[in-house]
Amino acid sequence: MLRIEHVYWLVGAFLLVAAAINLRGRRWSGGAFWALLATPFLFGETVLAANARDQQWPAQAMGIAVVALGVLAARGRLRLAPEGASEIEARVERALRFGNRLFVPALAIPLLTLAFVLSAGYLRWGDTPLIDGAQTTLVSLGLACALAIVIALRTTHSRFPLALQQGTRLLDALGWAALLPMLLATLGSVFAATGVGDAIAELVGALIPVDSRLACLLAFAFGMVVFTVVMGNAFAAFPVMMAGIGLPLLVLKHGADPAPLGAIGMLTGYCGTLLTPMAANFNIVPAVLLELPDQYGVIRAQVVTALALLVVNVILMWLLVFR
Amino acid sequence: MSDWPLLGVAVVVAGFVLRRNPALVVVAAGLVSGVAAGMRLDELLALLGTSFVSNRALLLFVLTLPVIGLLEHHGLRERAQAWIAGFRSLTLARLLVSYLGLRQLLSMFGLIDLAGHAQTVRPLLAPMSEAAAAREGGPLAPAQRDEVRALAAATDNVGRFFGEDVFLAFGAVLLIQGLYERQGILLEPLEIALWALPTAIAAFAIHALRIAWVGRRLARRTAAPRDGAHVDVAD
Repeated sequence: MLRIEHVYWLVGAFLLVAAAINLRGRRWSGGAFWALLATPFLFGETVLAANARDQQWPAQAMGIAVVALGVLAARGRLRLAPEGASEIEARVERALRFGNRLFVPALAIPLLTLAFVLSAGYLRWGDTPLIDGAQTTLVSLGLACALAIVIALRTTHSRFPLALQQGTRLLDALGWAALLPMLLATLGSVFAATGVGDAIAELVGALIPVDSRLACLLAFAFGMVVFTVVMGNAFAAFPVMMAGIGLPLLVLKHGADPAPLGAIGMLTGYCGTLLTPMAANFNIVPAVLLELPDQYGVIRAQVVTALALLVVNVILMWLLVFR
Repeated sequence: MSDWPLLGVAVVVAGFVLRRNPALVVVAAGLVSGVAAGMRLDELLALLGTSFVSNRALLLFVLTLPVIGLLEHHGLRERAQAWIAGFRSLTLARLLVSYLGLRQLLSMFGLIDLAGHAQTVRPLLAPMSEAAAAREGGPLAPAQRDEVRALAAATDNVGRFFGEDVFLAFGAVLLIQGLYERQGILLEPLEIALWALPTAIAAFAIHALRIAWVGRRLARRTAAPRDGAHVDVAD
């Protein structure tokens, strides 16, 4: 049976290859960065199992790795190798040769994922299901990516090392930005464990009438936006606001439906992402790329959409969450 | 309950104001928040380690990189440009609204990084938007050109954000599911993802309307004085 752990091993293996390619090019901090990042994927299950047995050193070692990744991210200048005019010309020529066939492997990833998700219940080897039922979507994604590589290699008549090399090129271009979602989710867990959520819930509790559903909902929505503006990412705001207001007040006290609350609550945070310079990738980098005189020009273009959508989200939550 | 852990939030704010590397700021904020809450260093490291490992699903998207990298090497982006440039008689509003819809649909299928500010907006969407606006209402003043460019970037953001949560965009949905799971509330990812659909539709409607307004205002501009024309930023 294919489990999520197998997919993680695949990720770990790819990260090790990326590390090796970086080391061969004498990019030491890049190599160390990807090699360190491979460890949670190769040994993650072991770490969690040891932790469950009260054996803490593997988790502590992983904690040190997280700190090291943060330091390497600040030091390492992972950048895309500049490409010459001849390389661009060669690409245009290849684009003409392959035409719309190039879209096939790219579209195969989502379509195969979808196909595996929908057929997971029927795919069995004897009595054993082929795909672990607990993590269907993610295992399907891993399987789809593996198959898409085969399709892409056949479509472009290429060899596997070229795919690894080109994948590493993109990974290097992403650099620490690839790591940020994972780090922000980790920070969210730390905030939850150290009582940041409780502290905020206490502040909110002192400020709003907690017996009122509407007041709690408004505080949750407002908190998601403000926290996202501060953190630059709704992923970091979500666990904090959930621990502070969402779970204790809305779900447990007022009986809110968790599924729409989570989905629309997260999207309420996304309205904050449209408003904040902290979300530099989306709001500041394009202003630089497009050579705008005002570095907040993109945010200005988003303000009206973000605020209107915020109002819509609050109304939607009010209607869908307390059905 | 002590308020000291809120220092971690202060570190995040200070770090971003001082423009430090975000990854480093986030790690530092975690350490500060833990120490301020009175945790021992060994406890704190174990907490960082287990949380990091538990959230490793967020990096699964790197498995798509070898495929996309290989295709880009063979001219995927150039092909996409040629394909889109083949559509004639596009107005600014039609172009941006189609892009918005396409971006949302692609994001819904998890193809989030197929487009982006570096990949599609700067080389493709922004110049095409300028050309479309100029065709409708004559040459653009610098302020108007910048407005069109900013709107193109905003359109990419809105399309991406309010598409990715809907279906196979794993990050946000899995974060929600994982958080509930640790609290004993078991939900399927699809159950959560479908609730993002109403907001996705609203986002499309609101932003498409705004694009249409800007498009109309710029198209009518021929009648107005061209020199130093005043442009309302808040439409």
